[in-house]
Formats: sequence, C-alpha cells, structure tokens
Amino acid sequence: MVTQTQTARGVSVPPRTAPRLSGRRWVTEVGWRHLVGVITVIYAAFPLVYVLSAALSPGGTLTGSNRLFSSVSLANFAELTDTFFWQWMLNTLQVAIATAVGTVLMGAAAAYAFSRFRFRGRRAGLTALLIIQMFPQMLAFVAIFLLLIGLGNVVPELGLNSKIGLICVYLGGALGVNTFLMYGFFNTVPKELDEAAKIDGASHSQIYWTIILRLVSPILAVVGLLSFISTFGEFIIARVLLQSESNWTLAVGLYGWVSSLLEANWGLFAAGAVLSAIPVLALFLFLQKYIVGGLTAGSVKG
Amino acid sequence: MSLPQATRTSSATGWGPGFLAKLVLIALVDAFGVFAALAAWNEGSYGILAATLALLAVANWVYFSKQALPLKYILPGLVFLLVYQIYVVAYTGYVAFTNYGDGHNSTKEDAIEALLVQNERRVEGSPSSPLTVVADGDALGFAIVDEDGDVLAGTADRPLEQVDGATVESGRATGVPGFDVLDRVQVLERQQEVTALRVPVSDDPEDGSVRTQDARTGYVFLSSLEYDEAADTLTDTTTGTVYRPDGEGRFAADDGTTLAVGWRVNVGADNFVTAFADDRYAGPFLRILLWTFVFAIVSVASTFLLGLFLAITFNDARVRGRKIYRTLLILPYAIPGFLAALLWSGLLNRSFGFVNQVLLGGAAIPWLTDPWLSKLSVLGVNLWLGFPYMFLICTGALQSLSSDVLEAAKIDGAGRWRTWRSITLPLLLISTAPLLISSFAFNFNNFTLIYMLTGGGPRFADASVPLGHTDILISMVYSISGIDGSAPKNYGLASALSIVIFVVVATISAVAFRRTRSLEEIS
Repeated sequence: MVTQTQTARGVSVPPRTAPRLSGRRWVTEVGWRHLVGVITVIYAAFPLVYVLSAALSPGGTLTGSNRLFSSVSLANFAELTDTFFWQWMLNTLQVAIATAVGTVLMGAAAAYAFSRFRFRGRRAGLTALLIIQMFPQMLAFVAIFLLLIGLGNVVPELGLNSKIGLICVYLGGALGVNTFLMYGFFNTVPKELDEAAKIDGASHSQIYWTIILRLVSPILAVVGLLSFISTFGEFIIARVLLQSESNWTLAVGLYGWVSSLLEANWGLFAAGAVLSAIPVLALFLFLQKYIVGGLTAGSVKG
Repeated sequence: MSLPQATRTSSATGWGPGFLAKLVLIALVDAFGVFAALAAWNEGSYGILAATLALLAVANWVYFSKQALPLKYILPGLVFLLVYQIYVVAYTGYVAFTNYGDGHNSTKEDAIEALLVQNERRVEGSPSSPLTVVADGDALGFAIVDEDGDVLAGTADRPLEQVDGATVESGRATGVPGFDVLDRVQVLERQQEVTALRVPVSDDPEDGSVRTQDARTGYVFLSSLEYDEAADTLTDTTTGTVYRPDGEGRFAADDGTTLAVGWRVNVGADNFVTAFADDRYAGPFLRILLWTFVFAIVSVASTFLLGLFLAITFNDARVRGRKIYRTLLILPYAIPGFLAALLWSGLLNRSFGFVNQVLLGGAAIPWLTDPWLSKLSVLGVNLWLGFPYMFLICTGALQSLSSDVLEAAKIDGAGRWRTWRSITLPLLLISTAPLLISSFAFNFNNFTLIYMLTGGGPRFADASVPLGHTDILISMVYSISGIDGSAPKNYGLASALSIVIFVVVATISAVAFRRTRSLEEIS
C-alpha cells in the first residue's frame, strides 16, 4: 500500500506541463525515465513494505505474513517487552553513541595535529595510517578475542562480555579509518586564522577547541554519523565478544531470533527490525546532505 | 595588550581552568593505570603490566612536557590504535605460525598439569578418610580427618590445609571454622557437583587429590602418569609406556599414540601449507577463494552498473520529482545491512517465503539451499543493498563534470554516444575508482551478508569441514576458528587465513590505487 501511494506520487506529474515536447517525444525522452523510476522504487521498497506488514500482522509467523496488511495489530510490538529487545536497543545505542563520540574526539585531535603541526615522523605517521587502514579490524577477531581474555583476567571491564571492552575495540579502529577523511578537511581551513589567533594570545588548545572545531563541524558530523551507523550494524566482533544475552547488541540478538526458529519468531523479528531501523533511517533522511558528502569523500557503509 | 611571553604560555600551564581539567583527567588516567598495573601484578600478567606502565609513563611525559605538542593531540587515539589494532594485527601474525587451538591451548606446564589431573584414578589400597562436605560461599569443598585426627579442608581451587579449632564427633568433622558444613539434604541437592569435585592434596599435581562417591568417605586419587622433569618425559605407571614431547606440542609414545592435551608451539608455515595443500582444506579453500573474488567483483560491477544507469536516467532536469525518487531509492541503503540480510533470508525462504509463496505463486524454489541459486541470491540481495550507494556517488560524479569539456566535444562534432564513451565515462571512472576499490575491499569481507543470509550454506557435500558453497574467506575464517563452538577450535589456521585475506586485499588495493593515480595524472 505504501508502495502504491509512493509510486502514485512519482507518476502524478502531469506530462502536459513539460513545455515544447510533443506526447511522443515526451515518452521517448522523459517518460521512460519515470517508468524506470517506478520499477526501481518498487524493487527498492517492496521488502520494506513487506517487513512493515509482517510487523503489524497478528499471527507472527512467516507464512502468516505473506498477505500484506490483511489485518493490523500491535501484538508483535507488545510482545517485544517480554524479550531482551529493549535491553539490546539500549546496549546498541550506548555502544554506538560512545564509539561515535570517541571516534570524533580522537580522530579530530589527530587530524588537527597532522594538519597544523610540523614534526618529525609526520609523513611517516600519515603513511602508516594509510597502510593500517587496509587491514580491517574484523579480520583479526581471533586475536581480539584472545587479547580480551588476557585483559579480562586483569580488569574484567575491559575483557570479554563487557560493553566497555567492545567500545574500546571499536575505538581502536577510529584513527585508522577516519583521520584521512578529517585531515583533508582540516587542511581546507586557512592557516591564517590560527596565526591571527596566536598573535592575539590564544594557546594551541584554545585555537583547537574554540576556532578549528567550529569550522570543521560538517566533517565532525559526517564522521560521527558514519561511525554511529557502522557500529550500529557491526556483527562479527560483537558476536565474538558479547556472551551473555543481556549484553548483546541488536545485530547479535535479532540474528539469534532468525537463525533459531525462523518461522515462529518472524513477527517478533519484523517488529524489532522496524523499530531498530528507525534510528538509522531517521538519521539518514534528515542528514542526507551530510552523508552523501561523506560518502563521496570515500567511506563505505559497514 | 598581549605580552610576547603571554603568547608563549599555554592555557594549560597556568592554574587556569584548562590546566585543572587536564590535571583531573590525567589523575583519573593515572589512577586507572595504577589499578590496572596492580591487578596485572597480582595476576602475574607481566606483559600487560609492562605495557600499562609504559603507556602511563608516556602519557604523563606527553601531557606535562613542553616538547611533545603534537603528541598531546595524537596520543589518545594512538593508544587505542596500538593496543586494539596494531598489537592485534601483530598477534594475528604470531598465532598464524602456531598450532593454537583445541588441544593446544596453553603452555607446556599447564598441559602437563592438566594431563596429570585428567589421568587420576583411585589407587588400590589407598587410604580412605571420613569426609564431610563443606562449602565456602558458593564453592563446595571437603573436610577430612586424617590418621592423626587432624582436620584438613579445601576446595577445588584451594588445596587441603589443616584447620585449627574444628569439632570432630565420632571420627567425622562436624564444624569447620571458615566453612559451612552441608547437611544431608543439601548434599543430596548438589549430588552431581559433590561426586565431580576434586580437592587437590597440595599445590603439586603429583600428590593427587581427594574425591568421594558417597559424600561420607574420601579417597586419595593419584595420577597414573608420572612426570620426570630431568628427562622431560611422562610415564604411564600402569603400563610403563613412556611419552616424550614430539616437537609438535604433544607427548607421544614410541608407537605413535599421543596424549590428549598438548601445548602451543611454533609450527612454522604449517598452517599455510594446510590451507593450500591439505586434502581436507585445500579443495574447499580454493573454491571459496574463487567464489570470494567472483562475489566481490560481480557485486561491485552489478551495483555500479545499475547505479550508473539510474544516475544517468535521473540526471535530466526535465524529470519531475527527482528528489522523491532519490529519497525512495536511498531506502535500502539507509537500513542497517544486518537487518536487510535477515529480512531477505525470510523473503527467500523455500517453503514459507514471500517470493516463492506470493510472487511465484507457491513455487518451492530452493533460493538459499541450492548451490547455484544460493550464489545468485547472495548476489541479488547484495545488488539490492548496494545499488543506492552507487547511484548516489554516480549522481554526484555526473553533476560535478565540467560542462566545458562536454561543450567542447559537441563543437568538435562528437555525437551523443561518442561523447559518452570518450569523455563522460573516463572522467566518471576517475572520480569513482577509489570508491569502487574500497567497495571491492568491503565486499571481499562482507561477513554479515553471507553469514546472515545463507550461513555459508549449502554445505559442500564432499568436504569434511563445515564449509559451504556461499562461504567467502572471512566466513571460512570464522567457521574454522571454531570461536562460536560449532567446530573444533583452530586459531592458528584461522589466523593464517586472515593473513592471506589481508595480503590479497592489500595487494589489490595498492595496485589499483597506483593505477588510478596514474590515470589522474594523465587527465
């Protein structure tokens, strides 16, 4: 149903309003583009319409979800309160927000140093970061697991089955992935600004906190968002590190529902999926402009 | 008015708020560091102890010295990078050359101790003593009365020790200071725990342990193995067989039988040889390697072509509602990837899924369980997931093409097709190539999609290891590591495969980036 209204909106542009184009030329030059658009929109949106319908279907089974919007109830959403779902949502938000904030703070500070100071090892450091970012952290999940066993013996909060431990692991990837993105942007802020502030008696930390950070806020938003989104959906490390069900993130938890008893848990999963897609979807739609800018600057969704 | 000296002073060296904030933060870091160092000392984790102390020293030097200005900004990120990225990568490299995994989990000392404990049995005619089941908090323990009438008590983690002031009635301990004596009902409730409990006689595993079957009499169990430190051999005292270290982290007898528990040793390049040459792994490995390339290349190509086609389609100012189209087309990209993969696994379900039941009118097509169809499904779902991204970047690239070049081509008499082929496409490729490379690297390791959609299945019919037709290298690493408990653990081989993936991705990225750079220079 949503598809229909959406596509209707797409086609409802009256063809006659295009000036100077006869009907046939309109079809060959513009009309087919609408046809392509409608078909791809259906392709892109039908799974999402389906999941919404499944979430609202009272049966809660995979078979029962096949008749779209045949009946609507909030039973699946109500049932979520009997599960760990909201705990997982809280865990995921905690981990993703902490990681995003930490990534922005540490990445921006490093980018500032590389962009503004000239020191021995600067070029080598930048090259090293370029090489390090080629090794995705998830490839080393075995070593991360073993490291956290060791750390957990000493400080349990940094070990396995701890959200703080997981955040620390994610922060380990912060510098490698984001410093370059930020470094380029920091370089576009004219140095004369720093120098003027320095002459007025500002210290390096005042310049950083009060001048530079304000001027680079668009890139901070991009990095924060991308980090939030990729942490939100990260699976393999979270799966390896978080062991007890109450500590799981959404990706680990919802996978558990679908992998065991797919048929029975389907309604629950669909409701959970709708709710957990909302934070990311909202960020995407409201901040489309920033994200598209960040994408073309070279990051890939994780 | 600012004096020259004033410009030199940082706000964080006078007693200003900045300095105080720094002081508080450093104090917190130091407190945590000292706590961690002490804990590491107590645990005997000297590696962690040394690393903690070194990091603490560096942190304090950096933030209180005037010479380390850039480091003040880099250090926080650098610490995390060093511990959770660089160390971890190096450790992966180390594990790749060991036989770390099930049966080879720890050091040789631990292995010997475990072997001695595992092979304990009641020695004929060994002394029996009256026994009382006690508890120290949650941990169960035994209290026995020895021949001299002294009471000894201990738990699984605390060897037997003499307890003063215990009360003994009719030869049996009835009150033990520091322990709670369990009554009959409590013992019955925890019967299984009681019969499985082993309380070591002393710190030396060769002294054996006390166990019980009836919760009333304790027997001393001694190991049937005997460790000879000088000769570095284990001898089975019942059969007389001598076991020697075989150089591969196990004790082996002359006839080739080995003892169950081994230890971690360096095995050189054995893991790499196993991946490429061992019958059990080489076949699946080569097929998975090939499929990983096919999957990554086809994914990038298909999403790019569809995205490019859509970008061209909508890159026409005469099309109304382009913003609405764009917002709707971005949707698959805007929902988290794991949700999409799980959602499609339901949609494509053979017996109940929407695609078979509704779109195809009740067909039972094995979308996710047939070797070829499952590959097609994986690629199809990845197309759905990935085309919006390519659509976005192609749109951006098309709009940033300078119109001068296109006009110049028009003036030179180039037709539409010629302009497109010789001007637009090359320019477009130059600006999108780095993104295509990172997209390739991302898909090469797209664990979430594979694991959630098909779980790597369907299984290879002819392989003894749990691998399947849609497994890519990273999901193969995950299966082989055995980290989720579904297969025997083999950290060594898994790490070796990680290294292989890294080499492949790094080589391709390096070559491709160099190529695109030379492209840029030409243009």
